[in-house]
Amino acid sequence: MKLLTHNLLSSHVPGLRPGGGFPLRIELGRPSELPPEPLPNSESDEEFLRRVHHVLLEVEVLEGSLQCPDSGRRFPISKGVPNLLLSEDEA
Amino acid sequence: MKKLKLKELESCLQQVDTFESPKLLLEQYPTRPHIAACMLYTIHNTFDDIENKTIADLGCGCGMLSIGSAMLGAGFCVGLDIDADALEIFNSNIEELELTNVNMVQCDICSLSDSMSDTFDTVIMNPPFGTKHNKGIDMIFLKTALQMAKTAVYSLHKTSTRQHIQKKAAEWEVKMEVLAELRFDLPASYKFHKKKSVDIEVDFIRFSAKKVLN
Repeated sequence: MKLLTHNLLSSHVPGLRPGGGFPLRIELGRPSELPPEPLPNSESDEEFLRRVHHVLLEVEVLEGSLQCPDSGRRFPISKGVPNLLLSEDEA
Repeated sequence: MKKLKLKELESCLQQVDTFESPKLLLEQYPTRPHIAACMLYTIHNTFDDIENKTIADLGCGCGMLSIGSAMLGAGFCVGLDIDADALEIFNSNIEELELTNVNMVQCDICSLSDSMSDTFDTVIMNPPFGTKHNKGIDMIFLKTALQMAKTAVYSLHKTSTRQHIQKKAAEWEVKMEVLAELRFDLPASYKFHKKKSVDIEVDFIRFSAKKVLN
């Protein structure tokens, strides 16, 4: 799962407030090396753009989970594929 | 990027592995490489809705349409499907073909509602038709696709449902264009099929995306 894909996903656990369930918190199986906060005026900085491109499109989360910020419900990521299916009693 | 000819695209897609044991209730069958290639070629050459665009494939199965889109220069493709086994085959296809701009998500399209509004430029799909205790699922897929897409939705629907779809399209205020009438020759993939293959008339349709859908 690339970060760009993660940006599109939200939790649809029933009963969340409007706009809730986003963004999902990424929990990794092992420590990450994500870069720190971006600096201001970065849009024209080519080096910065290269790093953003790398993080968004070239880093893949293979194992871990995504946590809904409102309900706390965890969605597993396995072999790079996030599983957003709710169980029958949840839906 | 080298310009891919239709025949080249079709032969690339013939390398895509498909379902090992198709699941009856999910209406699983692979989109034939020939059909996928023709669809994608039209979307790319006539409408320019693939190259450098973000694309979603709803009910992607083993990924035929996503993979074809990636081969035609899509910016980024995401396949969505409910079945883990299909996605596993999709994953191995991507690894074998060394595609770097394709991702997938396991989810139930029917429960997405509008949580992914306006997230992709184009949606390309071959949705379930609603023939296996899941009547109406084709329209749920279509509605969700129209919410997700910023520009256009390309989809396949039984010709017999064309009038119903035209009515809905008018209701939703989206433009609908039947690009081609196809004949699906579905091989008897399930044991109870009496004939060797089944012919179904299918419309290949382009829908323009709409800003607001209730």
